[in-house]
Amino acid sequence: MPEPLLEISKLNKSFGPVHVLHDVDLNIYPGEVTALVGDNGAGKSTLVKCIAGINGIDSGTVKFEGREVTLNDPRDATALGIEFVYQDLALADNLDITQNMFLGREIKRGGTFLVDGEMERQARETLKSLSVRTVSSVRQLVASLSGGQRQTVAIAKAVLWNSKIVVLDEPTAALGVAQTRQVLDLVRRLADQGRGVVLISHNMNDVMEVADRVAALYLGRVAAEVHTKDTTTTQIVELITAGRSGDLGLAHATTNEIL
Amino acid sequence: MSKTNVEAGTLPQDDRPSEFSLDVEERSIADGVRSWVINLRSGNPGALPSVLGLVVLGLIFMQVSSQFLTKYNLGNIPGQGAYIAVTALGLVFVLLLGEIDLSAATAGGTCAVVAAVAVSAGNLHTGLPTFMYWCLLGGMLICIGLAAWLRTYTAAVVIAVGLVLVVTNLTQHLILALIAAVCIGTAIGVFNGYLVAKVGIPSFVVTLALFLAWQGVEQFGLKGQPVNTTRYDLWHNLTYGNLSVLWSWIFIVVVVGGYAAYTLWASLSAKRAGLARDGVDLVLARAGIIALVAVVVGLFASVNRNTNIYRVIEGVPVPAVIAIVLMIGCTIALTKTTWGRHLYATGGNIEAARRAGIDVVRMKVNAFTLCSAFGALGGIMLASSQSSASLDLGAGNALLFSVAAAVIGGTSLFGGRGKPRDAIIGALVITIIPNGLGLRASIGPQWQQVITGIVLLLAAAIDAVSRKRAARR
Repeated sequence: MPEPLLEISKLNKSFGPVHVLHDVDLNIYPGEVTALVGDNGAGKSTLVKCIAGINGIDSGTVKFEGREVTLNDPRDATALGIEFVYQDLALADNLDITQNMFLGREIKRGGTFLVDGEMERQARETLKSLSVRTVSSVRQLVASLSGGQRQTVAIAKAVLWNSKIVVLDEPTAALGVAQTRQVLDLVRRLADQGRGVVLISHNMNDVMEVADRVAALYLGRVAAEVHTKDTTTTQIVELITAGRSGDLGLAHATTNEIL
Repeated sequence: MSKTNVEAGTLPQDDRPSEFSLDVEERSIADGVRSWVINLRSGNPGALPSVLGLVVLGLIFMQVSSQFLTKYNLGNIPGQGAYIAVTALGLVFVLLLGEIDLSAATAGGTCAVVAAVAVSAGNLHTGLPTFMYWCLLGGMLICIGLAAWLRTYTAAVVIAVGLVLVVTNLTQHLILALIAAVCIGTAIGVFNGYLVAKVGIPSFVVTLALFLAWQGVEQFGLKGQPVNTTRYDLWHNLTYGNLSVLWSWIFIVVVVGGYAAYTLWASLSAKRAGLARDGVDLVLARAGIIALVAVVVGLFASVNRNTNIYRVIEGVPVPAVIAIVLMIGCTIALTKTTWGRHLYATGGNIEAARRAGIDVVRMKVNAFTLCSAFGALGGIMLASSQSSASLDLGAGNALLFSVAAAVIGGTSLFGGRGKPRDAIIGALVITIIPNGLGLRASIGPQWQQVITGIVLLLAAAIDAVSRKRAARR
């Protein structure tokens, strides 16, 4: 077993009186797809935002490649090499595809002057490598793109950067059959290239197909972290809905206490 | 800073050909026209409606008065509208973020008033009411602190320069007084930005309150006594002056030549790098059209246009030069720098910008700072064009005209869309309405406001319709 790339331990996060994450432990290994599953409100998105540096954490430690790190700003995470594809896409409608892919990390000359041509070339190369055929120009405004095309751009943005960890928040939720296929292939390819991939999904088929391990969140706690090959869809669904499944999952006492 | 996968060469290779059908290698004149038509039909009309509006208004005013199309009258337009253009240029930054600054004109008026008092009394300490002098120094000190705290260091330095000028009484010299006025405008902008971006008061309320307050401050500052600006040649010439014929041509050659050289260089270097680009023919055609317009304007400007035989008026008006230079500067800042890109992103989707690591609070403070600094320059120009730093400088319609100019030019009030060019074209439209109607005495001033209102409404309607078209695709 290789060392985990990202090691989260005893992470707690509250929004006012609402305790959203309880002592969350999560490890992300290179070359593996870790699926993060859980019901609505289980804390998946909050956990991702904590890793991204958008939400601060109340307590707990985050280690990246064995070093303890603090993530207080989105730039801290990207500087470490963690990329995010958000559910609510985070693209600026009034900018074109290239501008969105390089937003915040533009290639520049003389300190501040944009090098648009080079960015355009790299954006096109990246989309090409993802076999994207639905986009006719990297100079198209994002406002004119469909939901699937936007998702593709958001993923391409994460792929563009030579990252160590890619976190995808429901990347296939808005996609058609063919595009879902492409995205899942892509997710697998990202992991096969040695990256750590975190996949948040409600779709058990996707999870079972592409993930190596599954971490199930139940009301802000990690119910279990299991290998996909040792488990069944039914078990995962039970972990998501009840917090435990047979011997797996939270103890009786814990789930009773939460409820 | 992380590397991209393209640079690292770690992208998987895809053997199937990919389609970027619109990213053709080189755009010819025909391609350029075609993509312009596509843009037009897909609800992205650019400057076309405002330019058409300008032409239509021009045709109407030719019927209103034979005086309208004379060189003398046209030569007056830049001086009459420069304050609108400059204030509107500043407003574009704020409007791009979907915010508004209603106080730009009266804040600018206050700055101009301070400069007027400084030069007319020879000393701000004695010229201004004592409490106001100390409020000015204290306010500037606080704003330096705020600017540094909000990480807008350039603004902090600019305000510090202004503070030094005021404290050392160098403001008794006109040029330094005007510079100090712009620095004070910067301080006001930092304060606005702090209240909006950090404290979180809606910009409409913050700037509405200050719009009212600054009018009173002007009256305090002047102690009820307006200052005549025609006494100061430099100040007067900001809107009434003209470049000499030689300098006019130098200005035209530098601007047009600079544009042509830059676009040609961009096209050729893209060709060398094998990138999609505008073909040399398209670049030259564009530059040619601009050069043609510039030469025609230059020819008209270089002959005497005064109807009075005792004084020669010739050359490109100074206010036009100021507006054009500022427009070019703003355009470069907005389209060629990371700062401009981040401003557009913040206006388009503030959450996306935040997640991309852009300091959105700083961007907002920057926008308000620039707006008030431009407002200060606008106030100076307004005082020049009405020959007086009056008690109500920048009050009344000045600000609303500037907002209207930006909107008529095509800047969206919802943020994310707009160009410095819009402010200039819109200001021209706003200026020629009173100019054209004023030429016939039988048309009362009430018509000016009605027609200005109708034009603004039309512009907003075109914006809404084109937005709908864009959304339908």
